[in-house]
Amino acid sequence: MIQLENLSLGYPSRLLLENISTRVRRGELTALVGRNGTGKSTLLRAIAGLGEILGGTIRIADKPLHDIEADTMAKSVAFVTTDKVRIANLRCRDVVALGRAPYTNWIGRMQKEDQFIVEQALKSVGMLSYADKTMDRMSDGECQRIMIARALAQQTPIILLDEPTAFLDMPNRYELCTLLQRLAHEEDKCILFSTHELDIAVSLCDSIALIAPPKLHLLPTSDMVKSGYIEQLFSTDGLRIGEMIAGLRKE
Amino acid sequence: MQRRTKILFATLGIAVITCFIIDIMVGSVGISAAEVWSVLSGGDADPIKARIVIDIRLIKAVVAVLAGAALAVSGLQMQTLFRNPLAGPYVLGVSSGASLGVALFILGLPVIGMTSSSLFATLGVAGAAWIGSAAILTMVAALSRRIKDIMVILILGIMIDSGVSAIVQILQYLSNEESLKSFVIWTMGSLGDVTSAQLRLFIPAVVIGLIITIAAIKPLNILLLGEAYARTMGLNITRTRLLLMLSTTLLAGTVTAFCGPIGFIGLAIPHVARTLFRDADHRILMPATALTGAFSLLVCDIISKLLTLPVNTITALLGIPIVIWVVVRNKNIV
Repeated sequence: MIQLENLSLGYPSRLLLENISTRVRRGELTALVGRNGTGKSTLLRAIAGLGEILGGTIRIADKPLHDIEADTMAKSVAFVTTDKVRIANLRCRDVVALGRAPYTNWIGRMQKEDQFIVEQALKSVGMLSYADKTMDRMSDGECQRIMIARALAQQTPIILLDEPTAFLDMPNRYELCTLLQRLAHEEDKCILFSTHELDIAVSLCDSIALIAPPKLHLLPTSDMVKSGYIEQLFSTDGLRIGEMIAGLRKE
Repeated sequence: MQRRTKILFATLGIAVITCFIIDIMVGSVGISAAEVWSVLSGGDADPIKARIVIDIRLIKAVVAVLAGAALAVSGLQMQTLFRNPLAGPYVLGVSSGASLGVALFILGLPVIGMTSSSLFATLGVAGAAWIGSAAILTMVAALSRRIKDIMVILILGIMIDSGVSAIVQILQYLSNEESLKSFVIWTMGSLGDVTSAQLRLFIPAVVIGLIITIAAIKPLNILLLGEAYARTMGLNITRTRLLLMLSTTLLAGTVTAFCGPIGFIGLAIPHVARTLFRDADHRILMPATALTGAFSLLVCDIISKLLTLPVNTITALLGIPIVIWVVVRNKNIV
């Protein structure tokens, strides 16, 4: 679904990723892990068409990114950023309805079908009862769910999320990632999200993309655990990641 | 549309019409509502009062309605574009550009020894102001094409605004007393200087500006989520920015050209409309802001006539408390 071909990202003065070639599959939940400042957000932004590419190509459904029209792109890739949308008087339902923007007419008129899709999106993130609340009166986790519902309403085969679990407590993190897993499997979506929660990545994701600068390794989760890349990257004196992950896999 | 919203729209509509008639009644010669009605409906009326109503007060009231709507709507656009509650129609240098045009016209001509037969003189104050604001906005738009971050454009606009104001001050410093006074009076704003001939230019310019605004409603709604989200939803940011700057030139630029810089309507009224209608959707907010703006400027004009003070002082004295209240009450309003 997403193909990276000899992709290089970063800044001319500081290369983050060099010559990456891999593919992110449809129907799978893929976690993007790596240390701070190694280019997780940069990669997601590049795939969403928001960032500069230093070299190589990104293909979405076999088409090079730079050849895809803006409105086709809007129907192919949805992105949930870390930006906080805390606007007074803006109702949750209206935020999710904005996800229909690529499909509606010049003034954004919602058809019956659009309204149905918005309801469904709110329902799948469990926020239907919040539909008429305004965005400035909700917790971080609730806002995050609404932004995910907006991405669902955009009805794209690909969804990218930048640290969607960052503001959530443990039960909410698991719940959210279970939701993403379900969407990937049941609706055959290609979902790629960056995270610092290795436990979630290992226990819930189908594949893990790991950034070991300037390389990126993308493997099925079980292969990734065996590969030892995770320990190499994250272990420090006080932290034995290998044992932690082994424990998680047994569960 | 909710029932509450419908009632609000109806109430505002009636308020605008009522204030429109009161605005025609009030002035140095009192004219009763019945007389206003008979003149406007083409009935029998005192010919002198009929002249006052048709030639002076009707034009002024029409200007107040359009100018109020235009300034408020362009303020709303700028607040959404810059995601900043303190943005207004003048953040991109519209008023300082107009001031520069007028300063060059009133103050500058004698300094550089040009006569009244020059190009500027034939254009008049309004023409000079319009050229000035259009020139500054074109400059900001041209520079902002290369800039991605909207905050940088905001800072750029404010800096250009300050720079141009400094040049205007130099012109003021160098000018003689008489032209300085006529310039200062222009900066106080007036809704009464528009002639019926100028109205033929004023109305279409503002109406075209408002039509562009209607076309920008969906992009503005998308921009509520920020530019990154807007781009992933297929919005052409560069084109949207240009569209909004063009309509701001037509709306705020035209009003400033004919009426002088009228402050605080563009800054405060969008907040009043948001509070009244409790909505962030521009399909509701845009007409709500236009009506509230028209209503407010009519009220300010009525007060300014009763107290015989410049309208700009009234908009400021009424607008400042609203802005302070907005900032204190809620930082996340846009």
